[in-house]
Amino acid sequence: MHLLKLILRNTLRHKLRTLLTVLGLLVAILSFGLLQTVVDAWYSGSKAAAPDRLITRNSVSLVVPLPLHYRDKIRGIDGVRSVAGANWFAGVYQEPKNFFPQFAIDALPYLAMYPEYRIPEDQLRDFLRDRKGAVVGRKLANTYGFKVGDLVPLKGTIFAGNWEFVVRAIYDGATPTTDTSQFFFHWEYLNESVRARAPQRANHVGVFVVQVSDVARAAEISKAIDAQFGNSAAETLTETEQAFQIGFVKQTEAIVIAIRIVSFVVIFIILAVMANTMAMTARERMSEYATLKALGFGPGFLGSLIFGESLAIAVTGAALGVILTFPVADWFARQMGTLFPVFEISTNTLWLQAGCAVVVGVAAAVLPAHRAARVRIVDGLRAVG
Amino acid sequence: MVPVLEDISFDIATGDFVALMGPSGSGKSTLLNLIAGIDRPDSGELRVGGTDIMTLGEAELADWRSRNVGFIFQFYNLMPVLTAFENVELPLLLTGLPARARREHVDMALAMVGLADRMEHYPSELSGGQQQRVAIARAIITDPAILVADEPTGDLDRASAEDILALMDRMNTELGKTIIMVTHDPYAAKRARSVRHLEKGVLTD
Repeated sequence: MHLLKLILRNTLRHKLRTLLTVLGLLVAILSFGLLQTVVDAWYSGSKAAAPDRLITRNSVSLVVPLPLHYRDKIRGIDGVRSVAGANWFAGVYQEPKNFFPQFAIDALPYLAMYPEYRIPEDQLRDFLRDRKGAVVGRKLANTYGFKVGDLVPLKGTIFAGNWEFVVRAIYDGATPTTDTSQFFFHWEYLNESVRARAPQRANHVGVFVVQVSDVARAAEISKAIDAQFGNSAAETLTETEQAFQIGFVKQTEAIVIAIRIVSFVVIFIILAVMANTMAMTARERMSEYATLKALGFGPGFLGSLIFGESLAIAVTGAALGVILTFPVADWFARQMGTLFPVFEISTNTLWLQAGCAVVVGVAAAVLPAHRAARVRIVDGLRAVG
Repeated sequence: MVPVLEDISFDIATGDFVALMGPSGSGKSTLLNLIAGIDRPDSGELRVGGTDIMTLGEAELADWRSRNVGFIFQFYNLMPVLTAFENVELPLLLTGLPARARREHVDMALAMVGLADRMEHYPSELSGGQQQRVAIARAIITDPAILVADEPTGDLDRASAEDILALMDRMNTELGKTIIMVTHDPYAAKRARSVRHLEKGVLTD
């Protein structure tokens, strides 16, 4: 009790210094949490992937399409439960900065494979009935103010021309980590228009999403699909949905690694600041430590005082940093619009923030505590604070 | 390496009040520190109250100090974040006394030094003389046999110094404490029962 009282009063002794150090920790822990969340957001697609879904694409490149008739052949392979084609559309809504993912899909089988997209039954019915209908995610709808019945014009880039869609359904995510920033419409609508404008590009899809009946057989089925189209004009590459998503992330992995490094550099910098603060504090109080030793208090008591003060500052800064991470991440996600479909602070990030704070608090106190414990009483009494 | 003290041999009787005098650098504070067990000689024997403190390990020595020696420093050395009460209570935290008993002891010690009405004051709210009185209360709180005082009046004006010396005199005569005081001040030394002079690390009388 007396030890805690002494720690608390020592912590508040130089209020400005403590306040500035706590502020530094707050900013560091907040930045660390935010950067870790950005990294998590980068990988959110792969984390949300279902193990029973495979992606089949052209083995040459993702931009080279596959013939539509592959769909029936894939469906016939043992272990395949369902197949749906999908095309990346890349249309522009009003202006290029308004980016959001758009997919032309085989609506019924595709949506059935993604139970995490929760669509009200009546809206789903309306969407399926309307050739120009579109399903938009809740986050996307909120970002651009889309409502059921709204007309959404998109300017095609890969598929030239002006396209119009009617929002018929808005889906919610089954979990907070479900991507609700996407825009889906009927592949048939796309194909009809392509057939009229560029017939040679018709009846092709970007990828097939394949659902397997037994997750344990996913690798075997992937091989069977690729074997089916070996030595053909359009050979396939089939992988799990997670591997497919990671493949995307890997294209920008250098950025992710840089962000990770920066997040730990921030922690290292605050560790240096904190260590300096504690060293300064201990140096100023050396004669007090010597007095305590003269009175009979041992090195353990002095160590507890210094570690306690360092941890008190670190934990206070970290607690405020963690608390502030939530509103700041929320604000950041809003500023980023649909760039990060999922921007959720993970439990892992919170533990990392807490862990970093403890490491900073302990590491910053090691040398000052060692010095205080080792100082000769007569030398300490002569020290000028 | 220059020896600070050499061939020092003297006894202090229980209940004595000794003043150690000498010019700066004569080794009087070093001698006081050795007696108080906060410094160690390179060789020789140092027996205090029947205990050869040179044979004690660090922890044992700390324990011995807490039970046998009360410290009075020139600059008081109070904890600035603790009140007068809490400063005096500090040494008692090592004794395992319950809170109620500690309070009684501290109340009595502060009353003895005339600061019963200042127990909730922080050192910064007290004058130099009052701070030194708190330090004396802290020094006697565990009822040690020996009080060591290093220039106890060195930072005080004449009136405050007189108060402190009178208080130390009371500790010696009424409580029977053995007091060893280092001082430059002949006026302060006059309050001691005996005066020893040091010159270049050697006792001259």
